[in-house]
Parts: sequence; structure tokens; C-alpha cells
Amino acid sequence: MAESITIEVQRYRPEEQSQPSWQTYEVPFQPEWMVLDALNYIKDNLDGTLSYRWSCRMGVCGSCGMMVNGEPVLTCAAYLKGFTPGPIRVEPLTGFPVIRDLIGDMSDFLEKLSRVSPWIMREEEPPLSKGEHLQTPEQLAEYKGYSMCINCMLCYAACPIYELEPGFIGPAAIALAQRYNLDSRDQGAAERMKTLSDAEGIWACTFVGECSTVCPKNVDPAGAIQRYKLAATVDHFKSMVLPWSER
Amino acid sequence: MVRAVNPDYTPHHPKWYRRRIPIFWWIRKRAYVKFIARELTSPFVAYAAALLLMQVWALARGGAAYARFLAWLQLGPVLIWHGALLIILLFHTVTWLNLAPKAIVLHVRGRRIPDAAVVAGHYAAWLAVSTFLVWLLVRGW
Ligand code: SF4
Ligand code: FES
Repeated sequence: MAESITIEVQRYRPEEQSQPSWQTYEVPFQPEWMVLDALNYIKDNLDGTLSYRWSCRMGVCGSCGMMVNGEPVLTCAAYLKGFTPGPIRVEPLTGFPVIRDLIGDMSDFLEKLSRVSPWIMREEEPPLSKGEHLQTPEQLAEYKGYSMCINCMLCYAACPIYELEPGFIGPAAIALAQRYNLDSRDQGAAERMKTLSDAEGIWACTFVGECSTVCPKNVDPAGAIQRYKLAATVDHFKSMVLPWSER
Repeated sequence: MVRAVNPDYTPHHPKWYRRRIPIFWWIRKRAYVKFIARELTSPFVAYAAALLLMQVWALARGGAAYARFLAWLQLGPVLIWHGALLIILLFHTVTWLNLAPKAIVLHVRGRRIPDAAVVAGHYAAWLAVSTFLVWLLVRGW
């Protein structure tokens, strides 16, 4: 018989249970399989009731994030062989209310994301006849890293502050705010600062730094937040020294 | 087939499960332990600052008070405690300086200064200030 590996999955079926429980499955061990392939094997062959999210299977859509052996990972990018000999524990991302099995509710993030106005804001829009907004490669490099975010929520699952203080806007939303602040075409930094410079924004962050460690796209949200703190502090002192200047 | 055995469940309505955060959540991961350790060193940094202020205060109250303060500093237990304090402060300082490039992004002529250079700059500044203080102390008056 081919080799197999044990997968322990956290189950939560609200119509049947009020507390989650563990269910164990034996799946064939294939060295080229990802954890997601093992879950798909379970769903297709062993237990069709298992619920989880996935789509692209190539680390782009950001929907397959789960806790694997306690670490937030994209399951489509985590080799089974990285966890041999097993058992492998699969849980929903921490910090989010669980809807069912491995599916967390991301509504809170989506609401917070909209608060930071994640789009290019302009005070005045030049007429179309003026042509497009040009940007140099250096200007692009300023924000490009932050634009790689795929909203996978691994950073939220890694952030203890988000779970302890649910009001915290959180790493990805702040990194995405920076993505627009640092864009040479954007003029909304002051507006976003109003949302982010309070206790639930950048100052809730105590710099654990794990968000950047787990990010599969090297977005470095922790760096984004610390840069933001520095900018907010400089702004504050500027407004004290030059109170008449535009806040 | 729905086996509705959870009496709190309303069909077709989400019933979220929210876990209780364990008190010792930070034991789970090395990075969290390190973070908590760094946070816990903060009151000791405050203590060190207060100690310096007390020294200045003792000095302001005249030679006798200052001599008493120095004698207290030289007590065995106080020496041991302040030796431990030094280690705690070093841990705080080193972890803090290593994090500096996360917040400070500098550009020189359009090129971003690498993180290692930002860290090195901080250590160099630390060394310079410390050397100056040592020089002040040992040259005598
Ligand atoms: S910042 Fe990284 S970890 Fe966080 S949501 Fe974006 S891609 Fe995922
Ligand atoms: S399935 Fe799309 S990121 Fe994993």
C-alpha cells in the first residue's frame, strides 16, 4: 500500500455542534501534493461535508489561508512533505469568527478596508486632454511592494493584537492605505491619516512583526505601519511648530 | 439531511464560533515570546530613567546626599540588581535598534538605503555617544 499521512481537521457544523471538534482523515502521501490537495482528496473521496475555501491553487486569489500546525499559510502553497511524518493539524485562521469548518468570516476586514479609502484620491482631476498621470519606475517602486497584497488574511491570523483588540484596523488594511499614500498620483494621505492616526489605527500596533513574517507576498505590513507611525509623529510635530500650515 | 442537534441553531442563519483567547496565547510561538519579553523590559527602561533622575536629584541636594546615594549604589544586592538591569536594557536596546529600518526608509539620490545600513547607522550612533560618555567619565576633572 502507498504511504499515507494523517490530517486532523477542525470541524464546526453549527447546526450540530456549538463547539468545534477534531476529525481525523488518512490521505495518500504524494510528495508533490500541497495541503490543499489533501483537503480536496478528503472532500472528493472521504467526506463531502468538509467545507473550506479555495480557488486559484496558485497563490494568487488569497482564499485558501488556514492554520496548518498552528501557522497561518496558503494551503495551496504548503507542501505536505513540509509536515512529514504528520499528523497535520488544519484549523481556520485565528482571529476570525468561524462560519463552518475551515471557513472564517472576513466581513470585519472588508469593512475596515473600505475605511482607509483604498483607491487613488485626487483633490482635482486634470482634464482627460492633459493625458495620463505619468510615473517613473522609482515612483512605482515606492509602493509596488504594498500593492502585491492578495487579501489572504494570514497577517491578521498572525497578529495577536487583532484578536485581542478587535477594533484594530489591522496589518493588510494599513499596508494597503500605504500603497495609495506612497503612490505619486494619490493626494489622499491626509484624509487617510485621519482614520489611521487613532488608537484603533496605527497606534494599536505594538510591533510584534509576525504579520510580515507570514505574508506570502512579502508585503511587509509591519514595515508599513512603523513608517506610518513615524510619518504621523513628524506630522504632529510639524503642526505644533507650524500650526498655520495645512494639517 | 440536517440533523439539528444544536438547540441554539437557527436554520439558514449564520452561527459563528468565536474562540476564547487563552491567557497564555503568547507561549505558542517563539516570536510571540520574544515580543512579550521585549514589552516586559519597558518598565525597566523607565526605572533606569528614574534612577538617573534620582541621581541628579541627589546631586542637587548637596554632597552628603549624593555620597549617600553613591553608597546605596555600591551595596551588594543593588549592584547585582543593576547588573541584571544592564542585561535587560541591552536586550531592549538591541531588539529596538534592529527594528529601526522598519520605520525609517531613507533615500539618497533616488536610491533606497539598505536596511543593514540603517541598523549600522544606529549602532554607530550608539557607540559614538557611549564612547563620548566613557571619555567624559575617565578623563577626570
Ligand atoms: S499583507 Fe500579506 S499576509 Fe496580509 S493579506 Fe496581504 S498578502 Fe496576505
Ligand atoms: S487557492 Fe488561491 S491562493 Fe491558494
